[in-house]
Amino acid sequence: MEFFSARNVNKVFADTHALTDVSISVNKQSIFGLLGPNGAGKTTLIRIINQITAPDSGEVFLEGKPMTRADIGQIGYLPEERGLYKKMKISEQAIYLAQLKGMSRHDAAKNLKLWFEKFEIMSWWNKSIEELSKGMQQKVQFITTVVHQPRLLIFDEPFSGFDPINTNLLKQEILQLRDNGATIIFSTHNMGSVEELCDHIALINKSHKIVEGQTDEIRARYKSNVFEVKYRGDFDKVSRALSGQIKVLDHVEDKRGNQITVEHYNGKSNNDLIQALIPVAEILSFEEKIPSMNDVFIKAVEDSNQNQKK
Amino acid sequence: MNKTLLILKQEYLKRVKKKSFIILTLLVPFLMAGMFALIIFLSINNDKKERNIAVYDESGLFLGEFGNEGYTKYTFIEKEQYTKLSSGFKETEFYGVLYIPGDIYTNNSAQLISEKQIPFEVNEQIERKLSRFIENDKKSKIIAESGIPDLGERLEATKTSISLKTLKISEGGEAKSSSSAMAFGASYAMGFIIYFFVFMYGAMVMRGVMEEKKSRIIEVIISSVKPFELMAGKIIGTALVGLTQVAIWVVLGIAVMFGVQSFFSPEAAQQMGQSIMEGQQNMNPAAMQTVEPNKAMEILDMIGNLNLPFILFSFVFYFLFGYLLYSSLMGAVGAAVDNDEDSQQMVFPVTFPLILSIMVLFPIARNPEGPVAFWFSIIPFTSPVAMLARVPYGVPLWELLLSMFLLVLTTIGAIAAAAKIYRIGLLMYGKKVNIKELIKWLRYKN
Repeated sequence: MEFFSARNVNKVFADTHALTDVSISVNKQSIFGLLGPNGAGKTTLIRIINQITAPDSGEVFLEGKPMTRADIGQIGYLPEERGLYKKMKISEQAIYLAQLKGMSRHDAAKNLKLWFEKFEIMSWWNKSIEELSKGMQQKVQFITTVVHQPRLLIFDEPFSGFDPINTNLLKQEILQLRDNGATIIFSTHNMGSVEELCDHIALINKSHKIVEGQTDEIRARYKSNVFEVKYRGDFDKVSRALSGQIKVLDHVEDKRGNQITVEHYNGKSNNDLIQALIPVAEILSFEEKIPSMNDVFIKAVEDSNQNQKK
Repeated sequence: MNKTLLILKQEYLKRVKKKSFIILTLLVPFLMAGMFALIIFLSINNDKKERNIAVYDESGLFLGEFGNEGYTKYTFIEKEQYTKLSSGFKETEFYGVLYIPGDIYTNNSAQLISEKQIPFEVNEQIERKLSRFIENDKKSKIIAESGIPDLGERLEATKTSISLKTLKISEGGEAKSSSSAMAFGASYAMGFIIYFFVFMYGAMVMRGVMEEKKSRIIEVIISSVKPFELMAGKIIGTALVGLTQVAIWVVLGIAVMFGVQSFFSPEAAQQMGQSIMEGQQNMNPAAMQTVEPNKAMEILDMIGNLNLPFILFSFVFYFLFGYLLYSSLMGAVGAAVDNDEDSQQMVFPVTFPLILSIMVLFPIARNPEGPVAFWFSIIPFTSPVAMLARVPYGVPLWELLLSMFLLVLTTIGAIAAAAKIYRIGLLMYGKKVNIKELIKWLRYKN
């Protein structure tokens, strides 16, 4: 079910297009990856969703209704460039920010305590941001983003500045937030985390949306008939058996067994491959190679850049 | 509107709780009181030093006529001692040597030698003693020669002291006593107070905006509130801080003044008054004594005639709009720049009219009807300071209304322009901003 959508959003700054006719649709209780190279227009789109900037044309919808100023309290936003008041007490500014989102002081303090206990940082309650390390500040900033229980969360590069342990902690929190009912838009360059977290992605390049869909489906779309076969046997024999029918892209030999990467062509099927291999080797595993999100990203952006040149 | 209130409260509490605010607010009245106390203390204890002055009277006229006065004593000496002393008297008990030449009647001059800088009062005291003696001496001779028995008394009766009372006729034709000095003082003081507060609190708004931009919290804030709400909350919150400070100063100031007075006791205050008045009183004791009590009444009367409600209203009006005008512009500057050097450069053109108005404050207070006063008090950017400097003297109603109208209009325009620059500037980083760039921003459509 659709929770949030942007429809035909356009934005021009001076003489550069930041967004050209971009539409996205985000399902309820899902994690939506907003991807794209630097300067593609992601931040502009995020700012439009947050009503920091207004689109030149197009509209954003929450649960099918055009978003109004009143909806702003439903959003939690963690910008890429972060910062808090340096001198103000941590608890005080977190409560203040939650109040600005429309929460009562009492509820804000109550929720904040729960989060501080969860992150085991109650001892920071009366400290100022200046006293904390960068990583600690990021944790506080994350809490200020979620403390008012937003239904739509927007994270821009949430993992930057976190060590692997805290990154993992944060991933668990994000998944839990989703399971508890939140819908999440997630912008990052870290493709590993996209594969891990995102149900759905949209890829923006040079103000245009170039790819959108379910993460698995997109990766499948970008597969190119490449398979990996693990076998026990001699590579020369295998190579001879396959020659003329199936192209061997790569091969690795080690103690546990050999592995080849092959590409089908001339309309040969998986069964043809297996039939050719059976006489010469013992097949241990057979798997279609799905491109990583990283591969998809690079391929899609390069293709789109080339298309634009033409 | 709720959010503006929230920001207002936050800004207010943040600033009022600041150590620097508390220290400054509490310290200033005590500093002023300290200064006041110091002045009183010094004027009381000023001349407790005993000075012994040797008098060599060549004319032989003054022997016995030189009574000790205050802490100054006079000792008559002979010629031999005088010659000895003239070569140096450091080792002696004498502070100075007064030489009265034989021809003092015709030359009108005497000499006071000392190894130290002679205080003005001592100098003045001796001059007075000498002159009065010779004057009286000459007078008594004339009286004796004339043969008129009561001439002395009759001459005494001719002594006259005129005090000029300035009256101003108001539009109702009612004459009220006015004091140029009083109006001048009020005019200068109010112009300066406005300048000081607009500058100080405008700069505070600017620094606050810059801090939010530099720390990058601004993006989170404006994802919750509209930039205009943020700006309004900031500006009004800061204004309340200023008003709080003034209120505390007024209350503390009054309390401290009373404290100082009672500490030095009424006699001390009286003594101070006397020591200041002493010189004049001695010249014309009769006249001074009768005038003194009336003078205090007159001052009160003149303050009453300054039309206080009107002045207070003008003060609040120009204070408010002057502050709104400049703090919104300075807030916009704070949003447009992202480092301190740029802010210095940008803030100068914005505050230049304000600085100009404080520079012409003195000429305006001296000649409140002149063309400088007129134009500076009509032009909106200088009117908050310039018009207030004119108000205590009385200003034609149409000029005042025109000035107020233009100021309100300009302030509204400035707030609209500032809001636009503010909104665009807040998320603009790494761009060198100049006036041209800002004008471009103003042309952007929403």
